[in-house]
Amino acid sequence: MSDLTAERLRTPGKPHQTPKHLRKGAKRTRTVARLRRVALNATGILVFLAAIFPVYWMVASAFKSNEQIFTTEFIPIPTDPTLDHLSRVFTEGVAGNSIWLYLRNSALVAVSTVLIGAVLALLAATAISRFRFRGRTSFLILLLIVQMVPAEALLIPLFLMVKRLGLFDQFLGLIVINVGLTLPFGIWMLRTFVAAVPRELEEAAWIDGAGRFTTFWRVLFPLVAPGLVATSIFSFITAWNELIFALILMTDSTRYTMPVALQFFFGQRGTDWGAIMAASTLMTLPVIVFFMLVQRRMVSGLVAGAVKG
Amino acid sequence: MTQTQSAVRGGDDSSAPARGDRKDRAPRPSRSLPTWSLPYFLLLPGLAVIAALLIYPLFQMVVMSFQKVGIRQVRGAPAEFVGTDNYRQILENPLFWSSLRNTVFFAVAAVSLTLILGTLVGLLIHRLGKKMANTVIVGIIAAWAVPPVAAAIIWRWLFDAEQGIINWALNFLPDWLSQLLFGRSDWTGEPWLNDPLTIYLVLVVMVVWQSFPFVAVSVLAGLKSIPTSLYEAARVDGATPVRIFRKITFPMLKPVFAVLTVLSIIWDFKVFGQLYVLMSGPTNRDALNLSLFSFAEAFRSPPKMGTGAAIAVVLTLILLIVTLIHIRQIVKQEDDIR
Repeated sequence: MSDLTAERLRTPGKPHQTPKHLRKGAKRTRTVARLRRVALNATGILVFLAAIFPVYWMVASAFKSNEQIFTTEFIPIPTDPTLDHLSRVFTEGVAGNSIWLYLRNSALVAVSTVLIGAVLALLAATAISRFRFRGRTSFLILLLIVQMVPAEALLIPLFLMVKRLGLFDQFLGLIVINVGLTLPFGIWMLRTFVAAVPRELEEAAWIDGAGRFTTFWRVLFPLVAPGLVATSIFSFITAWNELIFALILMTDSTRYTMPVALQFFFGQRGTDWGAIMAASTLMTLPVIVFFMLVQRRMVSGLVAGAVKG
Repeated sequence: MTQTQSAVRGGDDSSAPARGDRKDRAPRPSRSLPTWSLPYFLLLPGLAVIAALLIYPLFQMVVMSFQKVGIRQVRGAPAEFVGTDNYRQILENPLFWSSLRNTVFFAVAAVSLTLILGTLVGLLIHRLGKKMANTVIVGIIAAWAVPPVAAAIIWRWLFDAEQGIINWALNFLPDWLSQLLFGRSDWTGEPWLNDPLTIYLVLVVMVVWQSFPFVAVSVLAGLKSIPTSLYEAARVDGATPVRIFRKITFPMLKPVFAVLTVLSIIWDFKVFGQLYVLMSGPTNRDALNLSLFSFAEAFRSPPKMGTGAAIAVVLTLILLIVTLIHIRQIVKQEDDIR
């Protein structure tokens, strides 16, 4: 609305001439507006660069030769790009194994966490969003409370529990713990997706004589699927990034996950920055891709009802 | 059609008659399970996991904080009840007080900087053109998405004493300015990660870099939900931008800010991985925070898990208070909960 008015002021009046003093004022407004636009865009570019630079620096260092890494000069782009570091983390690896093994371990743990967690979260989210039952509010509040419990607080008892169950150094122990850590937020996030599916659709299937399971599988499930994907990606990222439990529960170096393996690049004979940046890049890229896909939904899940629309 | 819909909707709220109603329309073969039990069956597996992996260990942790859990207990010997010994020990330990101080100061600095920077960036993106806005969003999400462990590694590299780019950049400050501000002009070889104060400086920079994008994106989502007519009215009345922010934007975004503040406090109080990587484990005793101190006590050799549990209880209690505020906010905002 106001833009339109401004536009009308700006365009040299055709039907009747704008008085001279007004035109001059309009010109000044236009210059100010342009300056403001330039300043805003410049700040935007600055924010973009500041945010992305560390990520860029990691990737750039991964492809730089050692001469360009170990220098006190500033070399903005790798002018003699090399794949040495990348191939070294695959062949020599770290802590006695190729990085490929750690990537696979991490993927195994994260994918299993997602598969188990998705089933549990979908069942619980359906219960919460489709039924009003005694204890529902208490359950929702319980979800919020357990989400906030620091993993460090659970570490000691869970460590002893895993040891007693003989799951030490086993992927199963780590997977189950990751399911526990991701489930509360998973249910919390998925519940809004289930609630968003119009109940009338289920009623219609119901009337057509579909059973409870058919209704769930043929009507509700396909419509909730995008939400399930978003929730799963969130769980995947959490399990993929998890450090503290993997650090404590896995002592056999063939069972390390990426976050644990990365620690072993430090120490010994100085730090091999090229290799560690190559390995970090390998760990980071899948997460960035996933993040771009679900970012919007993560926000709505986290700030809940605070943002409307 | 409309009639049926409203009847169904009405049924949602008062449960018992609705169910009867539905049965009348679509008679189902009777099952062995009564309808009311269905949600409980759906909930059972998830609840069992949460109870076994979150609630029971939490309870265990409290119990252990009153026990001696050393190497023999880890190997299977029954734990010994020691009363409040663990708590007395940690309260007498200067390291507990320094880690509590580190935790609180770090959280205050990181939370306030994150919120301020995030809000400013959110406001900025809101005023940018579509293409520019999307570019900035992609950039900040990249920062947000980096795994904390990888982020800590990157910042270690940026702050590296010899080849770090931060020291390289600081050398460009005019010598007199650098002398005036920091009392030195040559930054090459400046080790950032030896001293608790500078370790936390790096940690604050890193955590703010990783968490301001979430605040910015949330603030942006909130800004988009404010009706533009409010702004137009204010502009017509000749309000200044600062006044518009104070009288319209801030009050409208208040619930968003409340949630963001609480979430940031909770996250920054329990920062673990980043600090662990920056120091290569709990190496610098003076730079520990509560979660790293608890970890260090519990998994040192010989282990003192009871003491570690006591520290974790203190941390959890602090977080619980913040959490309860958060829950009150959410219950107020979401009608779905009640």
